[in-house]
Amino acid sequence: MTGNEAVARGAYEAGVSFASAYPGTPSTEILENVGTYREITAEWAPNEKVAMEAAIGASMAGVRSMAAMKHVGLNVAADPIFTFAYMGVSGGMVFVSADDPGMHSSQNEQDNRNYAKFMKIPMLEPSDSQEAKDMFRDAFDLSEKYDTPVMFRMTTRVCHSKSLVELGERREFAAIPYVKNRMKNDNVPAVARNLRVKMLERDRRLAAFTNDCPYNFAEYNGSKKIGIVTSGISYQYAKEVFGDSASYLKLGLTNPLPMDMIREFRSNVDTLYVIEELDPFMEEQIKAAGIDCVGKEKIPLVGELNPNIVRKALLDEDVPEISFNQNLIVDRPPTLCAGCPHRGFFYECAKRSDTVMVGDIGCYALGGSEPLNAKDMAICMGAAFSLAHGLSKAFLASGQDKTVVACMGDSTFFHTGINSLEEVVYNDSRVICCILDNRITGMTGHQENPGTGYTLQGEPATIMDIETIVRALGVERVRTVNPLRLNDMKEALDWAYREVHEGPVVLITRWPCVLKKLSTEDRREFRPVPSVCIVHHDQCIGCKKCLTTGCPALSFDKYERKVSIDALQCDGCTVCAQVCPKQAITKGAKRA
Amino acid sequence: MKRDDTKSVLLVGVGGQGTILASKILTAGLIAAGYDVKMSEVHGMSQRGGSVSTQVRYGTKVYSPIIGRGQADILVAFETMEAIRYLPDLKPGGKVVVNDYQMPSLPILSGEREYPDNILEELRDKADTLVLDAAAIARDNDNPKGMNVVLLGALIQSLGLQNIDWATALRSCVKSRFVDVNLRCLDAGMHASERMAV
Ligand SMILES: Cc1ncc(C[n+]2csc(CCOP(=O)(O)OP(=O)(O)O)c2C)c(N)n1
Ligand code: SF4
Ligand code: SF4
Repeated sequence: MTGNEAVARGAYEAGVSFASAYPGTPSTEILENVGTYREITAEWAPNEKVAMEAAIGASMAGVRSMAAMKHVGLNVAADPIFTFAYMGVSGGMVFVSADDPGMHSSQNEQDNRNYAKFMKIPMLEPSDSQEAKDMFRDAFDLSEKYDTPVMFRMTTRVCHSKSLVELGERREFAAIPYVKNRMKNDNVPAVARNLRVKMLERDRRLAAFTNDCPYNFAEYNGSKKIGIVTSGISYQYAKEVFGDSASYLKLGLTNPLPMDMIREFRSNVDTLYVIEELDPFMEEQIKAAGIDCVGKEKIPLVGELNPNIVRKALLDEDVPEISFNQNLIVDRPPTLCAGCPHRGFFYECAKRSDTVMVGDIGCYALGGSEPLNAKDMAICMGAAFSLAHGLSKAFLASGQDKTVVACMGDSTFFHTGINSLEEVVYNDSRVICCILDNRITGMTGHQENPGTGYTLQGEPATIMDIETIVRALGVERVRTVNPLRLNDMKEALDWAYREVHEGPVVLITRWPCVLKKLSTEDRREFRPVPSVCIVHHDQCIGCKKCLTTGCPALSFDKYERKVSIDALQCDGCTVCAQVCPKQAITKGAKRA
Repeated sequence: MKRDDTKSVLLVGVGGQGTILASKILTAGLIAAGYDVKMSEVHGMSQRGGSVSTQVRYGTKVYSPIIGRGQADILVAFETMEAIRYLPDLKPGGKVVVNDYQMPSLPILSGEREYPDNILEELRDKADTLVLDAAAIARDNDNPKGMNVVLLGALIQSLGLQNIDWATALRSCVKSRFVDVNLRCLDAGMHASERMAV
């Protein structure tokens, strides 16, 4: 199983009954797999804060509960969990933070282990799938015994690597009957002051326990010259490089650190290395405890580790590589899919001058790449409208004549984009806010969201209509448009550019992602007919205008000076045909 | 010290080519045959068409799920240019199984760059290389979409793992109505010798 599947299995075996998450690589498959166990109520939440709060509520009601998110998701969810750390649990509560060293698919590589220390809660770090399953199961006992939420910290390589796992049985866990207890659960200042003291006392008990925790163990091999303190995936890299030629202190419960154990291990080895990815989380604490070790002076602070990096850093051994002609490599950047509805929007936006385009996080982030090149900036989910608000106000005050356009997807709008739009409306800025509604959470692999009308398990849910919500927030200038009809898209933008002088404008583009499995409602609304476009070579003049749409189904033959369309990839969206000045591209039926 | 019997396989291609299915079948077969196996894939973005890779490591006891540069024993490329992109990951003296199948990337589609010629020559020059026209082999076996399984067959042959019960492994990974055509492709791949696209 993958680490993510193993966590889901651990939840099942631990008798978890409530789980909530918001998708985000590399954590997404955790909830998708939890959702396959009928014994567990599993739900997509609109964002990570909501997921965390729902799981906290379930714990208060006396059942075992969990939440899962990617590292940046924990920033969003930090508010409730920091305070819940004071209060402690009723049913065991564990949340997953899936970090992404190397930023395979993230906007930063923050090291969330720091959060566990900051929140004063125990943290477990598995190093393979078997540990992911066992530790996740046992984390609930830890949570209940020490009356604390537990952080379960994974990284991309643990989440997405497969290794063998021995399964166990589910242990049913009877709900602890709910009893009102304001001194524990109602964190007004007078209560919180007491709980803060209790929390520090818990931290001391945990600091003692961590030295006896079976997930922290020493592995002495023949040679005691080199000792290595390590955790998570770094343990595997260390073993790969040093094998039996070193001794190890493998840590699973890494907050609080087992300082007595580390001190004893240190006394048994000649040199102590600390091998960890990203921040010197363990190293700093070890050094602060007066224990001499070698860490980040040799191991990189940036990016993902791998066996080669560890080998080079600590043994100064290079791995020979094949040298070859580098000119034979041409980049293969990710692109919006053929037929992607976002293409029409960006194609029309790219033409406008004196425009600052604020983007957000989702597939439409690719609207900034060549050849569309229609984006100036992006920070984090839901930020586009608020960022644009600040830009717009400052441009106005400083006499810079720019039109500010901002865009985000449907899932991002429901995540935190609604708040972002409130800012634009409440404080009345001149921003063109675009919601690119492709009827699904695309980037992370097509999860349902509050706008799609279905739950995680595919059961019908209330459809929250974006246009109705936007109007209810008080926006008067709202239009919904099909982004694949370029004339309509252009006209809507012309209208928005005129109207924005009067007040906030919202444009909603509405067409489904080409990779979405369409629902009955989608079929009724969009009436898809499988089709492809073809280029009539007798009419193609080789002007390459269609290529400016950046569709990967189009290719240009240099010698013939003609464009062709790959029928396997083409979705028949006709964006290229609408751009062609010679009407050389027409649409036909897709052959089966 | 690295255990001598751990083998590292790197499968690379373009999103949508079925590298993940191939590595799933490979993993299932290896596990059934009693190996310790670790597999790692990086995915995260939905869009089709990016460069993708999957790593499979097997042996008596495997630690790291990922292969460092210059450490793969064999590189299987589902697309020709991807073979050269990942060549630095191959151990000097390692093997390459490459599909003679070109998928131009955006800079090539737009006419800004050309699809490089001579990739196969460069590969042959630098490594022990087997070139296959997996598309043609798949077509000959009535399964135009079976390119990935043909390449898997060739990989199995190159690793000398023909004796494992691959039929069962394949059955556990594909829908029953696709089992027969895929078995034929797998077999064709295992018996394939050098073949280039014409
Ligand atoms: C706080 C946070 N949570 C989750 C993610 C992961 N993530 C990146 S894009 C995305 C979904 C975007 O969906 P949508 O806005 O509908 O746009 P689409 O990809 O469908 O175009 C998610 C969940 C993130 N980057 N940050
Ligand atoms: S997955 Fe959907 S939204 Fe994302 S690029 Fe492809 S078509 Fe567009
Ligand atoms: S119609 Fe044109 S733009 Fe649309 S998918 Fe086909 S080739 Fe691409």
